[in-house]
Amino acid sequence: MEVALAGLIGVFFAVAVYLLLSRSIIRMLLGVVVLGNAVNLMIFTVGRLTVEIPPIVPAGDYLPLEGSANPLPQALILTAIVIGFALFAFLLVLGYRAYQELDADNTDTMRLAEPPEAPRPPLSY
Amino acid sequence: MGPSIDVSIALVSVAPFLAALLAPWVKRFTGPLAGWVLAIVPASIFLFLAGFIGPVAENEVVRGGLSWIPAYGIAFSFFIDGLSLLFGLLISGIGVFIVIYSGGYLAGHPHQGRFFAYILMFMGSMLGLVLADNLFTLFLFWELTSITSFLLIGFDHSRQAARRAAYQSLVVTGGGGLVLLAGFILLAVMTGENSLTGLLTTAGLVQQHSFYLPVMLLIVAGAFAKSAQVPLHFWLPNAMEAPTPVSAYLHSATMVKAGVYLLARMSPILGGTGHWFWVLTLFGGVTLLLGGALAVRQTDIKQMLAYTTMGSLGLLVLLIGFGTKEAILGAVLYLCAHSLFKGALFMVAGNLDHGTGTRDITVLGGLREKMSVTFIAAVLAAISMAGLPIALGFFAKEEMYLAMVGGAWPDLLFLAVLVVGNALMMAVGVLIATKPFLGPLRPTPQAPHEVSPALFAGPVVLAVLGLVAGLFTGWLNVHLLDPTGGAIHNGAVDANIHLGLDPANPALWASVVTWALGALLVWRADAVRSALRRAGNAIGWTFDNGFDAFISGLIRSADAITRTLHHGRLEIYMLVLFIALALALYLPMIITGTLPAMPELAPLTFYEWGAILIAVLGLITVLLSVTRLAAIVALGVQGFAVAVIFMLFGAPDLAFTQFMVETLSVIILALVMTKLHLDARDHRMLEERVRDGAVALAVASGFAVMLVAVLGVDLDLSLTELFRATSTPIAHGRNIVNVILVDYRAIDTLGEISVVMAAGLAILAVIRVRFHEGRVPPARPAKSGPGRRRAKA
Amino acid sequence: MNTVIFRTVAPGIAALMLVFSVFVLLRGHNEPGGGFIGGLIGASGLAVYGIACGVREARKAMVVHPITIAGFGVFIAAISGLLPLFAEVPFLTGLWWIFELEGREIALSTPLIFDIGVYAAVVGAVSTIALTLESDEEHF
Repeated sequence: MEVALAGLIGVFFAVAVYLLLSRSIIRMLLGVVVLGNAVNLMIFTVGRLTVEIPPIVPAGDYLPLEGSANPLPQALILTAIVIGFALFAFLLVLGYRAYQELDADNTDTMRLAEPPEAPRPPLSY
Repeated sequence: MGPSIDVSIALVSVAPFLAALLAPWVKRFTGPLAGWVLAIVPASIFLFLAGFIGPVAENEVVRGGLSWIPAYGIAFSFFIDGLSLLFGLLISGIGVFIVIYSGGYLAGHPHQGRFFAYILMFMGSMLGLVLADNLFTLFLFWELTSITSFLLIGFDHSRQAARRAAYQSLVVTGGGGLVLLAGFILLAVMTGENSLTGLLTTAGLVQQHSFYLPVMLLIVAGAFAKSAQVPLHFWLPNAMEAPTPVSAYLHSATMVKAGVYLLARMSPILGGTGHWFWVLTLFGGVTLLLGGALAVRQTDIKQMLAYTTMGSLGLLVLLIGFGTKEAILGAVLYLCAHSLFKGALFMVAGNLDHGTGTRDITVLGGLREKMSVTFIAAVLAAISMAGLPIALGFFAKEEMYLAMVGGAWPDLLFLAVLVVGNALMMAVGVLIATKPFLGPLRPTPQAPHEVSPALFAGPVVLAVLGLVAGLFTGWLNVHLLDPTGGAIHNGAVDANIHLGLDPANPALWASVVTWALGALLVWRADAVRSALRRAGNAIGWTFDNGFDAFISGLIRSADAITRTLHHGRLEIYMLVLFIALALALYLPMIITGTLPAMPELAPLTFYEWGAILIAVLGLITVLLSVTRLAAIVALGVQGFAVAVIFMLFGAPDLAFTQFMVETLSVIILALVMTKLHLDARDHRMLEERVRDGAVALAVASGFAVMLVAVLGVDLDLSLTELFRATSTPIAHGRNIVNVILVDYRAIDTLGEISVVMAAGLAILAVIRVRFHEGRVPPARPAKSGPGRRRAKA
Repeated sequence: MNTVIFRTVAPGIAALMLVFSVFVLLRGHNEPGGGFIGGLIGASGLAVYGIACGVREARKAMVVHPITIAGFGVFIAAISGLLPLFAEVPFLTGLWWIFELEGREIALSTPLIFDIGVYAAVVGAVSTIALTLESDEEHF
């Protein structure tokens, strides 16, 4: 079943990269979300998959059930999801403000930081 | 020597830095006497070092220092032998008079305190340089002298010429320092020694090593940059933009001699080979002749002196490269003589400038009565520079000629070079000592007047010292020449200089030829000068122009490279990034031959297939949707499908979190999109879509293949097993994921919630930015003035 | 979305979600749940309230600015890490006080304080994000 998920992760990456390469801010934002899911799924899959047994110790017992899921990647992904959301929200606001200020949602026309006609460096002492 | 001496040697180089810190206050409280007060520092260093003359003459080597970076065997260590003692005495002794002189020369200057601080800092760096035992301590002080020199040349930083000169000297000498560092590192690696005292015991081994040539060339190049050897000489005449005490101190008596010091120091370690001989003698000889010729060409007294300094440095390099006993003795004598007479002559030039308002030798004349003390100092210094008997310069010249006469053809060629170079420099010295003072009085910008005692004390004392030193040859032989020459030659030199005009001595006849040639040049000075000017104009190119061309070329090419790489097109940056990513994924697997075979698909349950199918459908809809809302909803669908996958594979925590986050994402995305009139359609042209699609597929398949390869390897589950086994018994929690988050990896989580909080803060800030300016946000803002707003924000 | 029905039920839903979020937080150490999930649920409740009744109302109901809550969360999480230092064990080591109360075992611990810090940080930061973007007048 890991192999099927590897294929699915490939689709996630393909869509994410394709969206990120478009020059429209909104599509790039969607790409960021998809990329986050792709990476989370990948970490999840690398930790090996088990079916439906969560890494929880049954009440009154001292060890989790045999064949329960690997808790370590889950802990890593849990924080990654929340941070990914914070990053996405920040990018969204940044894109929103950039749109307001520059009246553009195409990165080709957003050249404030690197204007096409930047001044030449000074040559005198 | 006891430990008290150890620390005090380090203090020799530290004390001037401490004095530099106090200098501005000393200046404030003592006013015009500041120079005399601060001169106590170099004077006491001089006296302290003078106490070592006796022990060092008995071949004792004094060591001391502090540990610095023990892990690399780098110590803040110092040692005193004949060579470092001679330099230390010159630096501190001349420093006394320079500090006094600065007090008078810059009297009333608003930044005199700063000037004192710079000069004292330089003195400390220079003392540290010559006393350093460890190669890297030496390098540190070497660079410090470049930096303090930069500060001093650019002292009058409101003038562009001073800024350029300061910049130029920093580029050349600082760059030379880096080359030197490379040489030092290579030397330390190949010998396993990084102290000079240690290296001196390995002498003879280095020359046979296969790295000898690169090490030698790197170290020599660093020394050449510092000591203004052709073709790196051009910064020295420009450095005359500095106030005169700086020129007298740094750019004739001490700093430029750092390169000579290094070559002398390295002579026993690297010297004695054909490469060493030819590199040093050829560059030294060319520098000597060029410096002499360019000096005669000048009319500004300081410029004349600057070029003769360059010539003198060439002479010293030539002698060190020549390397025989007599040549080394000649170099040591010339080094002392030059520091004394050149320091004095520079201060004379400053006095002329101070007393008359000009330094142009063609304008000045008849000042012998108006500036009589300065005149006497100039004449005494010129006697030594011309190498007339009893002056120190005479013995230097005799000794160096003695090294050359009677040899085969290259020796005679070098003799001719020395004679011509000495004659040129003698002519300049005599011209400076006679032309402004003799003849009828000429009108000058200021009414000529004698200068204050602070200004003539230095030149008089230095000039007299250079003259009378020749009367004490017996003492010099034992206390100066034997220890210093021995340190350079790495063996006894048995110095035996004595005053004697023996007509059977061919060296004396070489001196006579030098004097005759020099007198001829003085007599025909104007004709020689105009001839050299014509020649210079005919060439029409100088190394100085070359430096400008080099720097502007550097800036232009940096600009061109930056413009090519940082073109400002985001999608190209991303494309480069993703192509590199795809290569990074595939290449290692292809090179190591670990590409996995296509594995078999394990059977999946109906639910699992369903979740995967929904995710794929959601993704495809995100890609193809034409309206914003459809894209956002499709985004939510793929996210929920991921949540379901987490649930199916035993991760309820992840499923809940993913579910909540997707919900919130869709909500805020929808909220923002309602405010914007964005177009979710793809505006790329077909060929761009194909290109981007190909890159996307390459990256994606790379990840998928890598993942399959990773899955084929056994996973190390020891950490997981530890968490499983200890979660309930030790950490009292049954939800292992939560225990990991709040207990095992809590510091990680602490960092993560800080990031989440910072993101919230940043979003608040980005939204609020403009409201500080009291502007009402328009629905679609005007296009005017983003630059202004950005600047304020 | 600003219908009467929605506006009427929204405060109830929000309150329910907040209570539920605290429940999820507290049971998180032994069952699925915890500070992150609880925080997200709580923030969603506040976001629902903001959408229904306006950001101004939501802010008024929260008394303090949400980013302050986030800062407070990070602060007490850090404090919970500092407490073990008094017991002379390394930073962030878990300390447990387990006692009986009316026949039931009650466990207080620094990981619990830490998890509450996580909860507050997530609630604060995510509701800041949501309310900022919901706010129409943009003066939030």
